[in-house]
Amino acid sequence: MKTICLYFEIHQIIHLKRYRFFDIGTDHYYFDDYETERGITETAERSYVPALQALISMAKEHPGFFKVAFSLSGCAVEQLENYAPQVIELLQELNETGCVEFLAEPYSHGLSSLANEESFKEETLRMSRKIKELFGKTPKVFRNSSLIYSDDIGCMVASMGFKGMLTEGAKHVLGWKSPHFVYNCAANPNLKLLLRDYKLSDDISLRFNNTSWSEYPLFAETYMDWIAQLPEEEQVINIFMELCALGIFQPLSSNILEFLKALPACAKERGITFSTPSEIFSKHKAVDSIEVPYPLSWVDEERDISCWLGNGMQREAFNKLYSVADRVRICTDRRIKQDWDYLQASNNFRFMTTKPSSANMYRGIYDSPYDAFTNYMNIVGDFISRVNSMYPHDIDNEELNALLTLIKNQGEELEVKEKEIARLNTRLKKLSPVDEPKKETKVTKAPKAEKAPKATKKATAKKA
Amino acid sequence: MKVLMFGWEFPPHVFGGLATANYGIAEGLKAQGDMDITLCLPRPFGDEDQRSAKILAMNCVPIVWRDVHYDYVKNRIGNIMNPELYYQLRDHLYADFNYMHVNDLGCMEFAGGYPSNLHEEINNYSIIAGVVARQQQFDIIHAHDWLTFPAGIHAKQVSGKPLVIHVHATDFDRSRGKVNPTVYGIEKNGMDHADCIMCVSELTRQTVINHYHQDPAKCFTMHNAVYPLAPELQAIVDQRKPSAERKEKVVTFLGRITMQKGPEYFIEAAKRVLDRTRNVRFCFAGSGDMMNAMIEMAAAYGIADRCHFPGFMKGKQVFECFRDSDVYVMPSVSEPFGISPLEAMQSGVPSIISKQSGCAEILDKCIKVDYWDIDAMADAMYALCTYPSFHEYLQVEGKREVDGITWEKVGGRIKKLYEETIQKCK
Repeated sequence: MKTICLYFEIHQIIHLKRYRFFDIGTDHYYFDDYETERGITETAERSYVPALQALISMAKEHPGFFKVAFSLSGCAVEQLENYAPQVIELLQELNETGCVEFLAEPYSHGLSSLANEESFKEETLRMSRKIKELFGKTPKVFRNSSLIYSDDIGCMVASMGFKGMLTEGAKHVLGWKSPHFVYNCAANPNLKLLLRDYKLSDDISLRFNNTSWSEYPLFAETYMDWIAQLPEEEQVINIFMELCALGIFQPLSSNILEFLKALPACAKERGITFSTPSEIFSKHKAVDSIEVPYPLSWVDEERDISCWLGNGMQREAFNKLYSVADRVRICTDRRIKQDWDYLQASNNFRFMTTKPSSANMYRGIYDSPYDAFTNYMNIVGDFISRVNSMYPHDIDNEELNALLTLIKNQGEELEVKEKEIARLNTRLKKLSPVDEPKKETKVTKAPKAEKAPKATKKATAKKA
Repeated sequence: MKVLMFGWEFPPHVFGGLATANYGIAEGLKAQGDMDITLCLPRPFGDEDQRSAKILAMNCVPIVWRDVHYDYVKNRIGNIMNPELYYQLRDHLYADFNYMHVNDLGCMEFAGGYPSNLHEEINNYSIIAGVVARQQQFDIIHAHDWLTFPAGIHAKQVSGKPLVIHVHATDFDRSRGKVNPTVYGIEKNGMDHADCIMCVSELTRQTVINHYHQDPAKCFTMHNAVYPLAPELQAIVDQRKPSAERKEKVVTFLGRITMQKGPEYFIEAAKRVLDRTRNVRFCFAGSGDMMNAMIEMAAAYGIADRCHFPGFMKGKQVFECFRDSDVYVMPSVSEPFGISPLEAMQSGVPSIISKQSGCAEILDKCIKVDYWDIDAMADAMYALCTYPSFHEYLQVEGKREVDGITWEKVGGRIKKLYEETIQKCK
């Protein structure tokens, strides 16, 4: 029996503002809040809200039959919380119908999986926690930003305990193989993979409203017929796209939501079911392993990472940014952490692409890739100097980390001791109402803190 | 096809950008084959490259009958004109110009370049064009810039052949809108009489359509191009030091220091860059009426120690300047085309150009800013001096892009337009 795995990505960029090099060192706020707000409210109004309402009605109409999966980036969640909370509410309402699975992804929607393993794991776990907080379930399946995947990334994801991952059914990797099966990661067979059927996915997200397309107008019946006509043994059809495909890429006036709503009924008629990624992973065995030595993604015709790291400028920006990844992870400054998330978003690199296919691409506030590069580099320059000013530059990361752990451990130790003191004090009070011993304990505590002379400052700061 | 071309200057005697463009067009046309070009110049020196076009010296064309001996003629002007041609031209005098100031051969002298009595020279040039047009055989007339428009019109009236005019600049560009009525009159008259108007950019074409009220159907955009660097110039450019060895970065402005070129915006941007970093120098290569004002401005901003004014440069010097530059900036307020960024990119110097320049229409691998947006300009200068990958990308890709812009392609388009114009005027 064939089953459809429908998955939507929710991500919007937090726009950077125009930042000149003479702002470096004087202005530490990098974001264009107006543009961000405008972008997210427009997307929510034109796409997220109507699309989610349609999905909710589908879930209610076909309870237990219709299934869908979502992933949200941390940037998107923060924007939705700030500017369009109704979208989160709709997602929660959809979640209550029990037809949704939420997947994990890196918090920043960035490229950390290609640069820094620890940062990648940290932000993925952070996103998982956020999903748990919002929807009550810890994700079991992972999808990387823009479906970037390689054997190395597969290994990292498997080591974090995910049982499966979503990625692109890129032709140059699959060759003659079909994406309609479950595969596993060549480097770690425990990690199962679902591969996007780019033809069927793009039929909806790219071509649906294209009047010069030979299949225009596309009806749900035809679409389901295509799926039903696939060879019997090809059972898993993965249709992945951005949620804003419904409403932004394909305008609502194209009746895309009516098309979507008709899908479950048409599927039922043809004996096709819907499943979430977890269900597929538990029901299906992997038929083969897939070797991906070079990273692939779902972007552009090439399905690789060239749209983010294709030219020298992009690579310089990428290397500059991730050169401070370890420092940022160590540091505890909330604003630095937040800026770090927003600066990592892959969109920032995409604005710098010079690929010929990008000629008429949307570039946000920039009018050319060079403009995007200079603006981003100015911001990164300021950001790096802020990170470096947190800790002395000449201490290497390992040493710094050791010192910081020491401080942390001692802080914890102190806390335990303080509790002990408090406990003893109350006991003492019960025994005899004299205040003398209190003074004594305070005296013993002070030299202890001074034992780590480099650490005192931080330790006190921490307590504060 | 025979073309009678009117020009004002020609390499190697360069006074402005017109010479380079004129040479390029002649070469590009020659490359199409079956082109016979006669180029009229007011005062050639005899050392011009005559491979692509036969040069006809206007200061050796008689307009008054003088009975002179062959040997005398040969002795006087043999180096720039064949005496046979002198006699053939003398057979086509059409009016009595004895009242004019003529020499012993019955010819008029030209100062060359852009002297103060320019209007008189333009008039004389057109008188002589009458003789030339009667003697020469040609299918089409091609006049470059307003200086030669009266000559073109005259030749058209004499011969009845179609007139193509080439607008390299308009007075709106040169004067930032405050046009000289005499010049405007000459330009407008030339355009009104032309059968086809070639403009060096869409920007210029729009000026011609909107300010000179020309029929858009006869205005065509004909972008300029560049020549591959000559080996000796390439050798100069190749001496560029690797960027790692260049401790101080040099940002260059190259062109006439006049209102049209926007030098004050360059200083403003320089000031912003120097507020931040000290390892950048700014070079003003060129001369012009605003030079002193610019020096004063740099001094007033306290950046005179970092701004250098080496003066007018030509030929090899230009490329030596490019060799030592890291960034080229053309902040022109209004630039009909602007060949120099192409030359800079050819020499491996990334360019920042104003969006108000014609070459921005065909260049992609360079940074484009509004001329008044000094913040953006400063930002781009800073980025090119600071981020090696950015500099390298624009250096390599810029050169590749410019290498694809050749006069041969332009020549092909011009020839096609000639044919269409001749068809149309039959």
